[in-house]
This record gives sequence, structure tokens and C-alpha cells, in this order.
Amino acid sequence: MQHQNTAGETTNNLIEIRDLHFKRGDRVIYKNISMDIPRGKITVIMGPSGTGKTTLLRLIGGQLRPQSGTVIVDGDNIPTLSTDKLFQVRKKMGMLFQSGALFSTLSVFENVAFPLREHTHLSNEIIRNIVLMKLQAVGLRGARDLMPSELSGGMARRVALARAIALDPLMIMYDEPFAGQDPISMGVLVELINQLNKTLGLTSIIVSHDVQEAISIADQIFIIADGTVIAAGSPDEVLKDPTATVQQFMKGLPDGPVPFHYPAPDYEKDLMGELHA
Amino acid sequence: MLKENFRQLGENVLSVQASFGRAGLLLLQSIFTIPRPLKAARLLIDQIFQIGVLSLLIIGVAGMFIGMVLGLQGYTILVKFGADSALGPMIALSLLRELGPVVAALLFAGRAGSAITAEIGLMKATEQLSSMEMMAVNPVHRIVAPRFWAGVISMPLLAIIFNALGILGGYLVGVEWLGVDSGGFWSSMQANVDWYQDIFNGLIKSLIFGIVISWISVYKGYDSEPTSAGISLATTQTVVYSSLAVLGLDFILTALMFGDLH
Repeated sequence: MQHQNTAGETTNNLIEIRDLHFKRGDRVIYKNISMDIPRGKITVIMGPSGTGKTTLLRLIGGQLRPQSGTVIVDGDNIPTLSTDKLFQVRKKMGMLFQSGALFSTLSVFENVAFPLREHTHLSNEIIRNIVLMKLQAVGLRGARDLMPSELSGGMARRVALARAIALDPLMIMYDEPFAGQDPISMGVLVELINQLNKTLGLTSIIVSHDVQEAISIADQIFIIADGTVIAAGSPDEVLKDPTATVQQFMKGLPDGPVPFHYPAPDYEKDLMGELHA
Repeated sequence: MLKENFRQLGENVLSVQASFGRAGLLLLQSIFTIPRPLKAARLLIDQIFQIGVLSLLIIGVAGMFIGMVLGLQGYTILVKFGADSALGPMIALSLLRELGPVVAALLFAGRAGSAITAEIGLMKATEQLSSMEMMAVNPVHRIVAPRFWAGVISMPLLAIIFNALGILGGYLVGVEWLGVDSGGFWSSMQANVDWYQDIFNGLIKSLIFGIVISWISVYKGYDSEPTSAGISLATTQTVVYSSLAVLGLDFILTALMFGDLH
């Protein structure tokens, strides 16, 4: 039941965001944003740093509440849910944090076992089997007895990935999974995300600004800037999008609609000290 | 300029109020959390070990030395009046009523309170609390509540141990070293220490200190800015606020408990 619902386009979306407004203090992060995230696909959300891409994941996960708008995840409108219901819905979500966010006092094995011990009444033997299967899937079955402090950044993310899929969620949200990785672990992560998505029938949402990796993996790309979606579509469509901001971002140009300079008063006047006179 | 100062004043007052509100909510949530008793008990016992048992060394050594100093100082003064037989009750009463609860609490804030704040703050900064939330586990139940309760339970027990070792230290110095009569030391202590007035009130004090220190520690950790600077600031604040709260509350409690003894 978890994907490929053939009833039509609209029911095939796992997540539907409509007219979302979100402010943090006085700063507007999102104004009137809408997007659909289809089941079983890999959706990449891109955009310049500081546009609140991670915030979007937190809004979907219900850790932040928007000022207005709806975030429907598998039929539930997240912002209106009670805490209990929200926790129920979160069992269907996995989230991979940028740092991995492994529990530093627990071993790799116990980290992956954590959600199982918290939410199921399975026997230790079954939990052991599940944990080993999940660790095998990310290639770290041999690292089960290590502590998080003994892992490299890439390994920590893979363990966190194993933990995120421990409860067999419908979807996984990846927060900057490629940031700060060497080419090898980057390749490993790209491959893993791809494979998991196919074999487990997951829906993946990836927040990233690594253009190459995103293009190689995405079924669908959203580019966010200034609180709205400025481009959406398949990787090819987005690459061909004529909008100047999109081109600047995809090609990595230093100056363009996103200016090189932080807003400042006139340079000459500033140097001459006329501004304070 | 004046307007700006007023605005700043208002903002500060509001932010202090909001902070008290958040702390109060966290306290309520920590107190009224009894999900899955068996699991909660295991977490609690683990934390009592981390918070209580691991504080034993500093509490024990400090108690012993304070008792020994009391024995030494008390003896040199009392012997001038030929009242060295009153050494026992003097040591016991100072420890049971004041020094035990207060000094144990100050040490507890430094040893355990700072550790709680730093640990929770670090978990917050490394997104461990966030990821726990996303795994549908409430960090207030899983992390905050066991630490709070472990602190509340450990504090009076540590104060009792502090008192016992302090009295032992006073005995060693007064009786074994300086030659006060052993029978007089114990019997006058027994005659002059009242169970309710001295021992029970002392324990009430340490229980209240335990609640306050644990509350400040978990709140400061949970509310800390998720950066390394934020964690170190929160840890410092835990020790400073806890110590001030203990000393201030001690005066109030002493006035309430012993104020009518003239």
C-alpha cells in the first residue's frame, strides 16, 4: 500500500505542501510555497545556503510549525496534529541529520537498535537480526561494536541511515548528506540512497547543494530561493531553465542575481567616512 | 536614547519571564512523566549511578575533611571553657543542620549539575535531541526526566553520607587524636541531637536543594544555545545559579525551621 497508488496523480503524492508561510522572528523564510513530493521517487531540494532548506525538512517533520499553510504527509496535516498523533506519524518518517546525530553513549549496534527498542516489543533475537540486516545494507555490519566517536564522518552517516530505516519508514529526509564528504564516501552515499530508494520502495527527500550529485540521483528537483520555488522539474528541465538565478546556481557563478556583496552602503562614501558625518 | 533604553529593559524583562515559563513547563513535564515503568526504572537507575554514585568520592572526601576541621576548630575553642565534652553535639549539629546539606549541595552542583547541563547541551548541539524527536521519542521523557529524578533522589542520600563521614572525621580528630572522652562525645551527641528538629529538617533542606539544582541543570542544558560557546556558558550558569539558589534558599529554610528557637 505504500506506493504506486494508481488512483491518479493527486493521490500519488506522499507529501503535499500548500501555501506555506514561515517566519523566524522578523525574517521571512517561506512565503507562499507549494510543492508535491511523489511516492517512491527521489526529490532533491536545492538552493543557496541560508534559504532554509533544512527548515523545510523540520516543517515536514513537525519540529517547527508554520504561520499558515498545510503540510499533508500521507493524509495527515502535520501542523494541526496533537503531539501524540505527531509522534505516531513520525514513525513513518526517517531523517538523516547532517552530522549523523548518533547517540554518543551508545554503540553502533545500540544506535540502530534504539528505535526498535523504543517502539516495538520484539525479542532481543529478532532485534539483533533486524539490526544486522540494516547494518549489512549500509555495509557496516562489521562495525557494530564501535562507538560513534570511532567512526569517520561518512561511516557515521551510514550508521545513521541504518538507524533511520530501522523501523521501515515510508520516507527518508536527508539533510545535506553529501556535505563535507570525500569523493569515495560521496559515491557510496549516492549509491546507497539510490539503492535503498529502489529496494525498500522509499520516498526520498534530499536537501543538498551539491549540483552534480543531485542531478545524478534526482527524479525531481526543486530550487528554492527567496522563500519561494523558483524552478521545479526533472534534472534536465531544471538545467535548461532560463531564469538567471537558476542558471547562476546550477553553474556556480560567483555573481549574478544572488550578489557577491552583502548589502552595504556606497563604497566610496563609506571609505571617505561621509556616512557618519 | 531613553526610548531605546526602555525598549531594552522591556525586552530583557520579557525574555527573563519567558525563560522562567519555559523552565516551569520543563519542570512540570519532567515531574509528570511516567511512561512504561520498567523502562523508566532502568533509565533512572542508570542516571542515579551517573549522578549519585559517581559523586560519592568528592562528597565523601569533602565530608570527612570538613568534619575533621570542625573537630579541630571546635576543640581549640571548647577546651578553653572546659567544655570539650560538647564537641560531639557541636560537630553533629553544625553538620546536620547546615554544613551537610549546604556544602554537599554546592559540591553536587559543581560535580553533577555541570555534568548534566553539559551532557544535555552537547546532545542538543549535535542534533541528538532533534533526531530523537524525529524517531518519535520525546527527549523530555527519555533524557530530561531521568536526570531530574536521579538528582532529586541522589541529593539527600549524598547529604546523609556527607554527614556520617563528617561526624566520623570529627570523631577521629577530637577523640582519637586530641583525646576527648569517647563516651562523652557520643552520649552528649545523642542527648542533644533531635531527630525531627535536626536530622529531618536537614534532610528536607537537601531534598529541596536537590530539586532546585536538578531543575536548573536540566533546564540550562535543554535551553542552551546549541554551540560550544553556548554549552560552556550554560554550564557556568548552572553552577553559579545553583550555588546562589542553594545559599539563598538555605537562609530562608533556616529561618523557617530554626527561626523560633531562641
